[in-house]
Amino acid sequence: MNSSIARKISMALSAFFLMFFLLQHFAINITSLFSSETFNNLSHFMGTNFVIQYVMQPILIFGVTFHFVMGFILELKNNRSRNVKYFKNNGAANSTWMSRNMIISGLLILTFMGLHFYDFWIPELKIKFIEGDMSGLIDPDNMDSGLRYFTELQHKFVSPTRVAIYCVAFIFLSLHLLHGFSSAFQSMGANNKYTKALSKFGVAYSILIPLGFIIIALFHHFNH
Amino acid sequence: MSGTKDMNLTLKIWRQKDQKSSGKMVDYKVNGISPNSSFLEMMDVLNEQLINKGEQPVEFDHDCREGICGMCSLYINGEAHGPDRAVTTCQLHMRKFKDGETITIEPWRAKAFPVLTDLKVDRSSFDRIQQAGGFISVNTSGNTQDANATPISKNNADKAMDAATCIGCGACVATCKNASAMLFVGAKVAQYSLLPQGQVEGKERVLNMVKQMDLEGFGNCTNTGACEVECPKGISLENIAIMNMEYLKASIKKEG
Repeated sequence: MNSSIARKISMALSAFFLMFFLLQHFAINITSLFSSETFNNLSHFMGTNFVIQYVMQPILIFGVTFHFVMGFILELKNNRSRNVKYFKNNGAANSTWMSRNMIISGLLILTFMGLHFYDFWIPELKIKFIEGDMSGLIDPDNMDSGLRYFTELQHKFVSPTRVAIYCVAFIFLSLHLLHGFSSAFQSMGANNKYTKALSKFGVAYSILIPLGFIIIALFHHFNH
Repeated sequence: MSGTKDMNLTLKIWRQKDQKSSGKMVDYKVNGISPNSSFLEMMDVLNEQLINKGEQPVEFDHDCREGICGMCSLYINGEAHGPDRAVTTCQLHMRKFKDGETITIEPWRAKAFPVLTDLKVDRSSFDRIQQAGGFISVNTSGNTQDANATPISKNNADKAMDAATCIGCGACVATCKNASAMLFVGAKVAQYSLLPQGQVEGKERVLNMVKQMDLEGFGNCTNTGACEVECPKGISLENIAIMNMEYLKASIKKEG
């Protein structure tokens, strides 16, 4: 981890893990547009399955933390590599805004994650581990009350301000991915006949997944 | 942009007496510059003016003035080697600028390229990286096998040749937002790793060159691609991917 390439590779590996997590998060959330029952069942499974809760979730927390911490370390190290800045620098002439400002899009995503945790993760921890309710029911004393996840999801997207924040955050996530996806493969040394196709797939992933999350937020805002 | 009318220009140039002094941007006027002259010829005109006035001329690196040696190194209007593509500063023509324009000229900026005087920087860090592994060990006692006797695929020979066109000017470092030298090191590593003669020492080469690169204080590559765009020889980012893969393989073998 002491070499520049090892740091690049570790960033890429954590990015792959996070991109896979994002895909499965999206796959579950998109079901909420078609079937509240499917969404409820999947959410309950994810929220109560031992392997997911006690094996995968800690790995996810580590992955997210590692990606952000290493990102900051790299940014600080890179800043120190040029102790005197240019009087005039035309970065736009040779690189994209996304590639030059991963730290900005990353910080905005981190801020958004704070809101996301406040909205969903912290209430889940409170219900499960402080109140001790693992039933997943709207009313834990009434078995017929149904699972609570879909109702909670809709409730969060009532506020237009919150929906707007979510939409803006996903635009920045898209910008982050537009550079990050192909950058991760480049860092891993990907260089073969599939590299160009992979790059195009990366562009599609980087636009469609965040767009899908925006559609989910807007759908529930207008259909609650 | 092009034309035959002579140009009058304002130059904002970084002046720095020596490595220990703090520098500053100084404005100069130069008149009657032919649009067909090269950028360095324009700098020569400025220096003649300064010498005639009894002032210290602006120091800058140059040698062949044919885009081969990699000595010229100016950061012009916010871009390494100026606004043109696939050219060094000595190949840059004044017709790329407008009459009356203010042109900003700075030295390469990187912790590993300290400024010596004005626009001259110390690029010996590249030499030390090269010395760490950018070579093949061949017996040159007179019975050396002809390189052409070893079959090499056309594809690999072409890629190795493309990588070998790197002139080590440092534009990649200068333009990279992280002052990373990975395009330079990637080109040197790829140049040899693609050829059977270089593969023998491949593992030690990549580990030693990357180690030296880090010791020199260059930044980490974040794959912005700016280096590839500004490189006067069009060295491809593919070389960085090759180096990353070589490093990964060498590290795994080292551990095993």
